[in-house]
Formats: sequence, structure tokens, C-alpha cells
Amino acid sequence: MRDLATLLFLGGLIFLLAAITGSLPFGHPPMLVGQAIQQVAAPEVGATNFVTAVVLGYRGLDTLGELSILFAAATAGGLVLGGVKSRGRAKAAPAAGFILRAGADVLFPLLLIAGLYVVIHGHLTPGGGFQGGVILAAAFFLPLLARPHESLSHTWLSVIEGLAGAAFIALGLVAMFDGAAFLTPLFDKGVLGELVSSGSLPLLYLAVGLKVGAELASLLMRLAQDDGAAS
Amino acid sequence: MMELAVIVVALTLGAALAVLLLDNLLAAVAAASAVSLGVAVMFVLLQAPDVAMTEAVVGAGLSGLILALALRRLGLARLDVPVSGENTDA
Amino acid sequence: MSAAIGLVFFIGAISLCVIGIAGIVLSRHLFRMVLALAIAEAGANLLLVLSGYRWDAVAPIVTGSLSGQAMVDPVPQAMVLTAIVIGVGVQALALSLVIRIRQRYGTLDMQEARQRMQDELDNDAGVTPPRSQERPAGERPIPAPAAVIDAGGRHD
Repeated sequence: MRDLATLLFLGGLIFLLAAITGSLPFGHPPMLVGQAIQQVAAPEVGATNFVTAVVLGYRGLDTLGELSILFAAATAGGLVLGGVKSRGRAKAAPAAGFILRAGADVLFPLLLIAGLYVVIHGHLTPGGGFQGGVILAAAFFLPLLARPHESLSHTWLSVIEGLAGAAFIALGLVAMFDGAAFLTPLFDKGVLGELVSSGSLPLLYLAVGLKVGAELASLLMRLAQDDGAAS
Repeated sequence: MMELAVIVVALTLGAALAVLLLDNLLAAVAAASAVSLGVAVMFVLLQAPDVAMTEAVVGAGLSGLILALALRRLGLARLDVPVSGENTDA
Repeated sequence: MSAAIGLVFFIGAISLCVIGIAGIVLSRHLFRMVLALAIAEAGANLLLVLSGYRWDAVAPIVTGSLSGQAMVDPVPQAMVLTAIVIGVGVQALALSLVIRIRQRYGTLDMQEARQRMQDELDNDAGVTPPRSQERPAGERPIPAPAAVIDAGGRHD
């Protein structure tokens, strides 16, 4: 009986999804916003990566919402897991082997450079604050896997995260003092394709990258703490 | 292009089924990372490099790392599955 | 030929969504539920990007000069960028909750954990749990009714 109900449920779900997507014309996107943005994005925003122009320029408020959701999820996760219980470090994880230690020492500067490159070139090539932020978080978490007795300071990570988030909102508010809307790109557009171009978009992505990196590094550190309760 | 799409879709669906059917939870986490990697390749085929990079970094990298760390903290990260396991699955 | 590739991608995306949702509904282990959630999110993001595809178009990045070549729609890609990051945030919070459930109730089986949660709530509220199948009410041993012992006796 349960199998029959399962099959009926799955069949109904497949039929529902197929009916919804069958009416979509594949290959001819029906939205006109995309076409309009393609024609005016390069002269208006000055970024070669149109997805960045949409994420930070035309839909900047959605990015602010995404940062808030990520902040809420990471903070709630840290709260649920509990604070750092210093019940004695008798159950500290054993030190990792030589390969992991040497590999982490070699990979740390490479990951740092790769992460910063992806963050800063977000308006020119595929990339941006979120991808680069995750690479930065991995760069700072890798030495902790190799040497478990060390740890980053949660206080400093929270300070960096808070300052970066405040910088993002401050950049958006500064635009309002000139009478424009919230999160309008500031500064001059510059030459298309240069590193210093498209106004305040690289600064916004830098703030996003630092915030996401600090947040995720703090969350990874809390998850990696072995409290000895697992058996 | 058509053969490549069929192969990638088939591998991704196989990995997704393996996530639900494997007994060893560490292998299921690896299969979930494989699903994210397959979806990232599909994003490249659909001319979306930004989304592909995000899915590869976040889905295959960060999500797999978070899942494996949680497994280690739960004490379920075993390379072999015990005979009388305490976890029963549907 | 060109329509078939769309069919292949749509079948893949719908199957990923269905496998993910089936995993969430049908699995009894809480950790496997989180894994199935990750698969369902990947399938949904794939469906979103599929809606913005255009035939014989390139990625929405200006390479070389500003030629008038058709590009795929960049708006669904921006939405999916947001959705992927939110998805990993949700998975992190779900895993924190799973770890806490394991710490508190000692089990990751959904039925067991639900039963223990209900017992704890009943104990805190002062309500006796209704377990009539396992532990009948009344004291032990049940005293036999006197009339049966007297009138029953032997059958011969």
C-alpha cells in the first residue's frame, strides 16, 4: 500500500512539473527585460559582465536581501551549535599528517590570490563577490584542518563581517545623498573593460566578498569543533 | 554537443540516485558533490559561466565540506558500514 | 536535433527535482533528508537557468567589441546566483539542527526522535502518555474476578 502511494505521489509530481515546463518555449525566452538590459547595460553601467550589472546595478536590493539571509542563516547556525565550550582540550583532534600540513602551507597563498582575483575582477569576467568569498573562506579554513590546535579569532571574524556589511549599506546610502535611488552605482563609469571601471561596482563586490568569506569561515570553524560528544 | 549533454545528464541522475540508495553516508556526501559538479557542467553547456562557477564552488566545494564536517561531528563518518547499523533508511 | 537537446535538459532538471523531493518525503534518516534537499535545490536552479536559454546565443559577457550577437538572458542567471548561495545557507542551518537533535535525543531516526520529543513534551506538561497498547492501565498483577474462580472450577 505504501509503495502504491509512493508511486502515485511521484507520478503526480512528474506530471505537474512536466505540465509547467512544457508550456515554456525553450530557446526563446519570453521576458523582455533581458533584451532591454543587454542593449543598455554596457553604456549605462560600464561592466562587461552583464550578470554583475544585473546583480549589483539593476537588482542591487536583491543582493542586499541575499546578504541578510546568509547572515541570518550563519548566525542562527552558530547559535544552535552553541558557543565555544572550553571544557578542557583533552578531546582535541590529532595533528594531521605531513602531506596535509605541507599542502595547506603551499595552498594558502594560492587560494588567497585566487579568491582576491575572482572578487576584484567580478565586473569583467565570470566571478564576483560570492565565488571569491567562498574561496577566501576555504583559504582561511584549510590551515585549521592541518593544525587543529590553532584557531582563528571569532571576534576578528565578526568584526570584519560587520564592517564589510556596513560598508555595503553605506555605499548604497551615499548614493541617496545626491538624490539618486538606493544603491545607484557611484563614481565615473570609466572605459569598458578596464579594471578600474564601472563606478563603485568593484567596491561593492569587495565588501560582499569579505563579508561572505568571514561569515563562512566562522561557520566552518564552529562546525569543525569536535566537542567529543560524537561516538 | 548532444552526446555530451546526454552523457552529463545520465551521470548526474545516476549520482542523484546513488545519494538516496547508498548505505555509507560518506559515499552519499561524495555522490551529492558529484551531482553539483554535473549540474555545473550543464550550466556551462547552457552558456552561463558565472552560474557554473558559483555552483561548482558552492555546491561541490562548500556544501560538500559542510556536509562532511557535520558527518564527522555526528560520528557517522565511517569508511565501512557496520553490519547492525543504528541508522535505518527507507 | 535542436529540440531534442532541450528535452534532454528538461528531463534531467525535472528528474533531479523529483528525486530530491522523493528523498525528502521518503527517507527516515535526518541526514539523508538534508542531502535530498541539496539535490532538489540543484534541480530547481537548473530549471531556472533553462528558462533563460536562447538558441545560438553566447554567454552574457562582452568579449571583443560590442557586436550585436544575441546573448542568453542574464536576469535568470542573476536570480540563480542568489538562489545557490541561499541554498547553502539553508543547508548549513539544517545541519546545525541535525547535530543538536543528535546531541539532545541521541538518535537520527525520524520516528524515534519524534517519539522522544513527544515524550519529553508530555513529561514537561505533566500529561501521562497514552500508551494503551504497551502498558495497560491499572496495577500489576491484575486480580482475577472472584466469581470465575468459584463457578469455573473443573469441567468434568
